[in-house]
Amino acid sequence: MRSSRALYLFAAPALALYGGFFLLPAVQGLRYATTDWDGYSPAFHDVGAANLTDVVTDDDLFRHALTNNLKFLLVVVLGQTALALLLAVLLAARSRGSTWLRALFFLPTVLSSVSVAFIWKFVYDPNFGLANAVLRGVGLGRFESAYLGNEGTAILWVAVAQIWFHAGQMMVVYIAGINQIPGELYDAARTDGAGRWQQFRHVTWPMIAPATALVVAYTTLQSFKAFDLILGLAGNPPRSSLDVLATRIYSTFANSQLGYAAAESIVFMVAIALVTFLQNRAARVAHG
Amino acid sequence: MRRLVLAIYSLLIVVPLVVIVGGSFKTTADLFASPFGPPTRPTLDNYVTILAKQDLLRVLGNSILVVAVSVPVTLLLGSLVAFAVARLPRWPSRILFGIFALGLAVPAQAVMIPQYVQFDRLGLRNSLTGLMLVNVVVTLPVAVFILAGFMRTLPVELFEAAEIDGAGSWAAYRRIAVPVSAPSLAATAIFLVVMHWNDLLYPLLFIDDPAKRTLPLALLDFQGEYLTEYPLLFTGVVVASLPMVLAYAFLQRHFVAGITAGAVKG
Repeated sequence: MRSSRALYLFAAPALALYGGFFLLPAVQGLRYATTDWDGYSPAFHDVGAANLTDVVTDDDLFRHALTNNLKFLLVVVLGQTALALLLAVLLAARSRGSTWLRALFFLPTVLSSVSVAFIWKFVYDPNFGLANAVLRGVGLGRFESAYLGNEGTAILWVAVAQIWFHAGQMMVVYIAGINQIPGELYDAARTDGAGRWQQFRHVTWPMIAPATALVVAYTTLQSFKAFDLILGLAGNPPRSSLDVLATRIYSTFANSQLGYAAAESIVFMVAIALVTFLQNRAARVAHG
Repeated sequence: MRRLVLAIYSLLIVVPLVVIVGGSFKTTADLFASPFGPPTRPTLDNYVTILAKQDLLRVLGNSILVVAVSVPVTLLLGSLVAFAVARLPRWPSRILFGIFALGLAVPAQAVMIPQYVQFDRLGLRNSLTGLMLVNVVVTLPVAVFILAGFMRTLPVELFEAAEIDGAGSWAAYRRIAVPVSAPSLAATAIFLVVMHWNDLLYPLLFIDDPAKRTLPLALLDFQGEYLTEYPLLFTGVVVASLPMVLAYAFLQRHFVAGITAGAVKG
């Protein structure tokens, strides 16, 4: 048992820091959420559950942010998963070319969110941007758009940037999944006369279900929590048409409504827990 | 068909990057005249402007310092916890692991506000020390997750042999666990480096003093200052990204392993 005691000592410094600077503030947040504190005044009032009820029932900005979160989530999860899978299927077989392309497609992942935001800010610039320039160049000028300038759809263009940013990362997860499928399964499928599409449908797709679950789960969380990229594109202070919950909370906080921001954080956390729960349920149903 | 899809996606990655790098050598007028073409009169003015005006060398130094301290500390603390998780009896091990796993589920935005208050009270706000501390705290759960995941797969006999020889847990950790876990330590390290280097949230919250900004924060500030002076923004992107892109070019496989492990576990 002597060695057990030593092991607790090993964990002690990490536990102390993590307990003191993560778990403790997490609990304190619950307390702030019941006040109207601005963050620096010595005096503040206890408002009970008023903040929470306001957030949930009576806050258009928060609701707008939540709607944006869900739009963003849907586009990113569907788009990124499909794209990552497509690229992985095309690049799973090792060859010189595929190694290069994998490296290239993964590259955006190592950039910072702010860098990616600036790149896409330029792509979407209505006057000088790449996207419109390309459209004009190929004779599709009538599809020119203001992208981030359109209230209702701006968030969807951010979703495209997010997919560009992280699809390569998820492609790698899929490639790992595909490479674990035993080659005999494909041999058997081929002997049965299965074409490429049938091989994908009856061998690859069912065999990579775990990878899909992983990709969808990670993408869901990542896109629900997205902050840096959106802030980079929306500017600081963020423009509200691009608001998602994470940037909304930041704005409230920067606006010296600390108590209210804490209440928003709680709702945000519950929303994440709910999304995760629903997703687990969906995954279980899908697996029978 | 395969070639077409791959070619299109390659262009989608390459074209914006080439435009950014090329644009950093152009004047604003040049860029708008021909965004795609090579710079007609390449200029280093943007780099000079940014390095001089924005105190970028200092900002770079701050980023390097923050990463150079927080990553090794997180690795050390995380690997100690992981070792304890791997060696403790079943229930204490599960509880210890569970406490850290909790941190993976809680998003930063839910804790950042009370953290801000706490760091402010302790005088740790607006300081690089505070930034390092919060970096360590928020990434410990991921580090524990990856490292414990690895150490738990190691055969118990490996550690027992060392401990029976009278070496004690410390020696078993230092001489056996750490060397054997080298690949997973390396993957974790890369994940942490990328994460801390690119983090915006905490510098945004914690740092007011322009002299203490890190790269992503300084970059975000450019936007306010230069607005649509794209060549200057592009130059900022190039300066901020170059270290990571170069490291990626040389350590490609490790980067992919590290970031993917972090993604899968985090």
